[in-house]
Amino acid sequence: MIELKGINKTFFSKSGKVQAVKDVNLSIKKGEIFGVIGYSGAGKSTLIRMLNLLERPTDGTVTVAGNNLSSLKGKDLRAARQEIGMIFQHFNILWSRTVRDNIAFPLEISGVSKEKRMKRVDELIKLVGLEGREAAYPSQLSGGQKQRVGIARALANNPKVLLCDEATSALDPKTTDSILELLTEINQKLGLTIVLITHEMHVIRKICHRVAVMENGRVVEKGSVLEVFHHPQEEITKDFVNQLSEPEEMKESIAHLAVSQDGELVQFTFLKGKTGSPLVTELIRQFDIEVNIIQGKISHTQDGPYGKLSVFLKGEPAVIESALKYVREQGVEAEVITND
Amino acid sequence: MIESLFPNVNWESMWEATVQTAYMTAISVLATFILGILLGLLLFLTGRGNIWENKFVNSIIAGIVNLFRSIPFIILIILLIPLSVYIIGTMLGANAALPALIAGAAPFYARMVEIALREVDKGVIEASQSMGASNGEIIFKVLLPEAMPALISGITVTAIALVSYTAMAGVVGAGGLGNLAYLEGFQRNNPDVTLVATVLILVIVAILQIAGDVATRVIDKR
Repeated sequence: MIELKGINKTFFSKSGKVQAVKDVNLSIKKGEIFGVIGYSGAGKSTLIRMLNLLERPTDGTVTVAGNNLSSLKGKDLRAARQEIGMIFQHFNILWSRTVRDNIAFPLEISGVSKEKRMKRVDELIKLVGLEGREAAYPSQLSGGQKQRVGIARALANNPKVLLCDEATSALDPKTTDSILELLTEINQKLGLTIVLITHEMHVIRKICHRVAVMENGRVVEKGSVLEVFHHPQEEITKDFVNQLSEPEEMKESIAHLAVSQDGELVQFTFLKGKTGSPLVTELIRQFDIEVNIIQGKISHTQDGPYGKLSVFLKGEPAVIESALKYVREQGVEAEVITND
Repeated sequence: MIESLFPNVNWESMWEATVQTAYMTAISVLATFILGILLGLLLFLTGRGNIWENKFVNSIIAGIVNLFRSIPFIILIILLIPLSVYIIGTMLGANAALPALIAGAAPFYARMVEIALREVDKGVIEASQSMGASNGEIIFKVLLPEAMPALISGITVTAIALVSYTAMAGVVGAGGLGNLAYLEGFQRNNPDVTLVATVLILVIVAILQIAGDVATRVIDKR
């Protein structure tokens, strides 16, 4: 659905040139939710703006839904943009228009007749759950409702792709979840391809199928969300993954325990289908060791659950060794955390 | 009673002068609104980072606007007498004052328009571009409606400045309340005429201010 080939973007300014995006190649499939994560300044904002040519790439080609966008200009580009919806961190809806007229705006641009416009707006209002707020002005809406207007507006012309530029970063956690649920629902119901950029790992975990990690303008890692969560390769990816699985205070208390107790601190990582297995019970039954559970957590991703369990194993070193071997045979990863 | 308080006021000519002032103000406000928005849009759109970015055109318009804003109005009237004679055919009367009034007020308002447009959220323009809006649609469906409250409060301030410009224009023969106050009130030493003319000008200003405030409040949905 989306092909990026050899994308570079360089900004020239008085203070010199800044290469915001360097040699990015991405292929995004139809119907998937693709996330791009990175800290601010990583180039992800520039990258998503090149998907609808709000920024023109310095080199490379952008192909969306069969259109080679980077070769288009003027009227053709404007027509191609109507197939790509976009929502924004700060919503960017017109305060001078009501909810209804904001959603009708892209339809006015694409030249839909007034009668059809009103019909389509009603459908969209129902889809995003804004019934009863049609005549309200944006200043009378909450942040979540404003983003719903943004989503309805972005979907008005039945786009093939929806771009989300930090769409939940200005919202509180509860509203973020409701917007993410809405996006998942739209993805499933309409088969819409969604590309989102964010700096929050839980957004990726919650709704994305695949993810790309950006640092200094480059895509440093990409793959399915579960795979990236499970085997983060780059330091920055590990940072993002840890953000989610190990809150700071937990890390401290584990470090404290590791000093005060003798035994091996082990972290088990459960993947698809293994999160339900009674591993600890089996360990105690089969081996002469003590198992002390420190912490555990299961996260759900679009590809299935993913769990982590930290335990202390006390016993003869040889027995612990064979216990770990047993765990690994069960398809669960076991990592001994050395205390240093 | 009124006769004895204002013995020198000729009410008929006072009314005539009020109508002239109102006429000059109305026409010049209308023309200033249109011309100012045009100039302001050009200033804004040719500015840095905007859709018609053009340093050359921008600096020419900015130069003209600044030049006309810098000339004191009383001197501008005198400088524009040949233009008024060319367009209107005479240098006397309400119509003859219009070119100078518009040339004095439009650049002033153009700057306010530019500031108002700059206040429009850049993100909203970006969003419109992402929907495939053309430049014309961005101007008429986004920029102007979103800036409208500031455009209205700007024209209110300009209209009030124009009332005082008409009074100045009156001194050099344009008619209206300023002319009456100067010729009948000051030169013939009839302070009551000056007083009544002043009060009438204040009434016009108050009406403009209230109308502007109400309009801004109705439009502003922020």
